[in-house]
Amino acid sequence: MRAFDYATPSSVTDALKLARPGSAFLAGGTTLVDLMKLDVLTPDRVIDVNGLPLKGIRLHAGALRIGALERMSDVAAHPVVTATHPMISKALLLSASGQLRNMASIGGNLMQRTRCDYFRDVTSACNKRLPGSGCPALTGINRGHAILGTSDSCVATHASDVAVAFVALEAQVVLRGKDGDRTVPLEDFYRLPGSTPERENVLGPGELIAEVVVPVLPWARHSTYLKIRDRQSYEFALTSVAAAVNLKRGVVQDVRLAAGGVGTKPWRLRAVEEALQGNVAVERTFADAAESAVDGVRTLPHNAFKTSLLKRTIVRALLDAAGVR
Amino acid sequence: MTTSRRQFFGQAAAVSAGVALTSPAVEAIAAVDAPAPGVVEVAFRVNGERQKLSIDPRVTLLDALRERLQLTGTKKGCDRGQCGACTVHVDDRRVLSCLTLAATLQGKEVTTIEGIADGDDLHPVQRAFIDHDGFQCGFCTSGQIMSAVKVVEEREVRTDDQIREAMSGNICRCGAYPNILDAIKQAKGGER
Repeated sequence: MRAFDYATPSSVTDALKLARPGSAFLAGGTTLVDLMKLDVLTPDRVIDVNGLPLKGIRLHAGALRIGALERMSDVAAHPVVTATHPMISKALLLSASGQLRNMASIGGNLMQRTRCDYFRDVTSACNKRLPGSGCPALTGINRGHAILGTSDSCVATHASDVAVAFVALEAQVVLRGKDGDRTVPLEDFYRLPGSTPERENVLGPGELIAEVVVPVLPWARHSTYLKIRDRQSYEFALTSVAAAVNLKRGVVQDVRLAAGGVGTKPWRLRAVEEALQGNVAVERTFADAAESAVDGVRTLPHNAFKTSLLKRTIVRALLDAAGVR
Repeated sequence: MTTSRRQFFGQAAAVSAGVALTSPAVEAIAAVDAPAPGVVEVAFRVNGERQKLSIDPRVTLLDALRERLQLTGTKKGCDRGQCGACTVHVDDRRVLSCLTLAATLQGKEVTTIEGIADGDDLHPVQRAFIDHDGFQCGFCTSGQIMSAVKVVEEREVRTDDQIREAMSGNICRCGAYPNILDAIKQAKGGER
C-alpha cells in the first residue's frame, strides 16, 4: 500500500475542503482498502468520512431517505425499508457477507468498483485503471463480463446489487459539493464506458454522495430481487433482476424492472416494462416481454449464456413479484 | 512465564543469526510496513483493555492486533476480505479486521477471540466447536467462532439454511462445515 496522509473531519464542509485531486473518501473501506492493498487505487490522502452527520433512515415527503453512511446491514433490517421497499432489503441481504454488510456504507456501495479481474490486477492492461492501455477482457476471460452498455474500451460489469433495486425504483442521489447540493437520478449518475471508462459517474471533484432518496410506490410493497450466481451465497451476480408489479384482475397496471450482472451500469429494462403494460400476467406474456431485454446485446466468447439467463431471470422474478405460478 | 510459539520462533531466529535480540527488536522484524511520514495516534479498547498506538495509517486492525499487540489468535487468511479468518467484533458487530484501518478505531471497542472466554470458562460457542469437532486444521476457527457468536445472537436466523447463509463469509478449506453447523445449532439451542 502506498503512503497517504489521513484526516478525520467532523463536518461535511471540512471534508470537502480536504478533498483534492488524488484524495479518496473512506467510509466502510471494503472497496477502498482492498484496492489500495492491490495498488489499484493509490490515494495520497484518505479522508475518513465516518464522523460526518450523513446518517438516518426515514420517510419524508413520500420518499424513503437513506443517509449515505448508513451500513448495508442496518438498511436491510430497518422496519421502514422492509415494509415499504422489500426489494431493497432483499438486494442488500443477497450481497457480500454478514461481516462486509456490517462495514459497507450505502454511499460506498454505490461507489464500489467493478470486479473485473483485469481491473484488479495492476500487471494487466485496463482502460478503466490506465486509460489507453487496452482491454484484455475483450479477448481474455470474459465469462462474468457485461453484454449491455459495453464499448470497445470496456466490458466491465457494475457490481452493486442494491443499485439495481434503486434504479428500478427510480431513486435519486443527493450529491453535496462546495457549491451546495444537487440531486441526480441514480440511473443517470452512472456513465456508460464509451471511450472513457475511467469516468464511471457524474460526481464532480470533491463531491460526496450525501443521501439516497427513494420514492415510495405503494404497489411496490410486492417486489423482489432475484440473483443468479455460481454459488448460492457470498458471490457476485451472473444475472439479477429487481422487479415490482402492480396487478389489477390479473392484468399488469404498472411494472418496474432493472437488471444487474449484465450491464456496465445498473440496467433499467424499460422496453420490457412497456411490453408488459396492460397484458395478462402469465408466464407466456412474461417470456414474450423478456425478449426485448436483449435487443442490442453484444456478447463475448465466454458470456453468451447471459442472454438466455437474463431472459429466464426476468421471467422468474416477474412470477415471484406478481405472485403467479 | 510461558513462551509463545511466536516468541520461540523469534528467539530461535535471533540465535541462529548469532545476535542476541531483545523483544523490541523481535517486534521490529515483524513490522509489516516500511516507516512513512504521518504517524497517527489512536486509542481504543481491545478485550476491555485500553490501548494507545502510534501507527502508520496504512496499518490494518488485523496487523495491529497481531504485530503490535501480540494478539495472534486473529488469523490472516486472504488479507482481502474474502475468507473471514480475520473476523473480530468492533462495537459489538462482526467485521473483517483485514479491511479495517486501525487509525479509524478511535474510541472503539474491539473484541477478539482472546476476549470471549470468561477466564478459564470457554464461551458457549467455543465449547460447542470442541463438542462437535468444528474444525480440522484450525486456521479459520477463530474467525468462524467470532462470526458464530454473533449469528447465535441473531434471532431471525433459525433454520440450517439460514445459519449456512449467515456464516457464508467464513470459508473453511478443510470442509468442516457440517460440524460447524452442528456447533452453532448447539450454541443457539443451549443443548449439549
